[in-house]
Amino acid sequence: MTKVIADHIVINKFSPVEGHYFIKLQSPVEIPTINPGNFAEILVDSTPEVFLRRPFSILDVHYKKKWISFYVKAIGQGSKRLGDLNKGDKVNLIYPLGNSYGIPVNAKKVLIVMGGSGIAPFILLAKELMKKNVKVVFLLGGRSSKEILLTSEFSKYGEVLMMTEDGSLGEKGLVTEHSLFKGTFDFDLVYTCGPEPMMKAVAEIAVKRGTACQASLENMMACGFGICLCCVTPTHEGNKRVCYEGPVFDVNYLKWQT
Amino acid sequence: MANLNVKIHNLEFRNPVTVASGTFGFGEEMSEFFDLNRLGGIFVKGLTVKNREGNDYPRMAETPSGMLNSVGLQNKGIDYFIEKIYPNIKHLDTHIIANVNGGTIEEYVEVTEKLNDLEKVTAIELNISCPNVKQGGMSFGISCPSAIAVTDAVRKAYKKTLIVKLSPNVTDIAEMAQAVEGAGADSVSLINTLLGMAINAETRKPVLSTVTGGLSGPAIKPVALRMVWKVYKAVKIPIFGIGGIMNATDAIEFILAGSTAIQVGTANFIDPLVSLKIIDGIEEYLHRHNIATVAELVGALEV
Repeated sequence: MTKVIADHIVINKFSPVEGHYFIKLQSPVEIPTINPGNFAEILVDSTPEVFLRRPFSILDVHYKKKWISFYVKAIGQGSKRLGDLNKGDKVNLIYPLGNSYGIPVNAKKVLIVMGGSGIAPFILLAKELMKKNVKVVFLLGGRSSKEILLTSEFSKYGEVLMMTEDGSLGEKGLVTEHSLFKGTFDFDLVYTCGPEPMMKAVAEIAVKRGTACQASLENMMACGFGICLCCVTPTHEGNKRVCYEGPVFDVNYLKWQT
Repeated sequence: MANLNVKIHNLEFRNPVTVASGTFGFGEEMSEFFDLNRLGGIFVKGLTVKNREGNDYPRMAETPSGMLNSVGLQNKGIDYFIEKIYPNIKHLDTHIIANVNGGTIEEYVEVTEKLNDLEKVTAIELNISCPNVKQGGMSFGISCPSAIAVTDAVRKAYKKTLIVKLSPNVTDIAEMAQAVEGAGADSVSLINTLLGMAINAETRKPVLSTVTGGLSGPAIKPVALRMVWKVYKAVKIPIFGIGGIMNATDAIEFILAGSTAIQVGTANFIDPLVSLKIIDGIEEYLHRHNIATVAELVGALEV
């Protein structure tokens, strides 16, 4: 797989809510094929405080216009500084990294469960699912309505359900308590991304219902391309690199850490 | 063109830039980024007798100008390396140097003996300085008698170039270097990581699963430079300088302090192409200073 290592220029930044950013970057080179779930390692500013790159799921891409975009939730020093970038600023990117979500040939209807910043990989996946005529239900969870983002975008590709802990949008409670899980469960596959305890709970439901489930993990990484062995997750076949064998894993393969 | 060739024991290196064990895998992943034959050599990921899963996650903490790791020598064992990995990398036209680890002297010898017959593995790096394993590792590298014992045993078992990787977690690293030189080492590499720890004040917990780990990156460069300088004055065998090298200037500093060659480590995580930039930068430095060969700079510090 061809990989890009290049300085990219910020061409657009949008912040719908404080601390949440959508950043679009211009690539100086042709963008290789990006698969849903692939990520990029972003060198924010290489200062003593933010020494290493930061991994971010690729939100969207335009091959002709040569741009690539990311969703950034400002949590630590690195993501905060990314959020502070302005139009015209330069950052160095390496991509595409990691594996991607798989779409089984016989899939007719799938469920995508997202929590917090776990929305990032699913625009690209939704586009692929649409091309393959797969019906999609999106379930977005967050603490409050402020954390429920991209709903109008997701609604282009399927039904959108919401769940907030404070009840400010959609049903009230944790995503795994959504009424959807109480009725007939006719999904061929469940995709999930978000905090690990949430993904683990989603995986348990899927397994109980006999439905396949793919989860994208978000471990701390030093490199992001398979050489440091810092981001490993325990699996039934030993420790695997989240950045290389992952970030997407079949949940039956995982031994959850939480 | 300036001459970048250097000699370590009886091996010619096309340039003094190599990559440190544990920061480059076995080269397979990095070959997606550049032509590995441009490197002086590759120190591959540490090998042990048997498969090791390594330590629990979290194994990494970012620290000011550096990072802590406690990977714990995760690898599939020497037999797996010989059968599954070596065939994929033996075509490389650069030095492949195996990093040898063990919990006992017998284990070090067992790994070493199996490496003797691999034609393209031109040297081994005896790791007596890994801070992240409970048994063996650094415990051999922090006292002279045990360092001598393991070096002597491996020396008897290995026919080719023997490099010993030294721990900085000692009172006098020059004394350790002299000890392994006396036991038959052809070269020393230094420094391995410095012991350190990181704490999350909010949770009152250590960041690493192992509590302590090894510190690397530019944060350790001044410490490493001093140690290379001290060792250079104490031994006759050539030195691989290691410790926070991020660019060609850093590499030149290590060469001036007495390194015949250098290893790029943590910088690989930030820029997979950094070694190529360092090679080009060294060449540019030689031109600018009108120096014909990089070997002239080894230990050329003016004090």
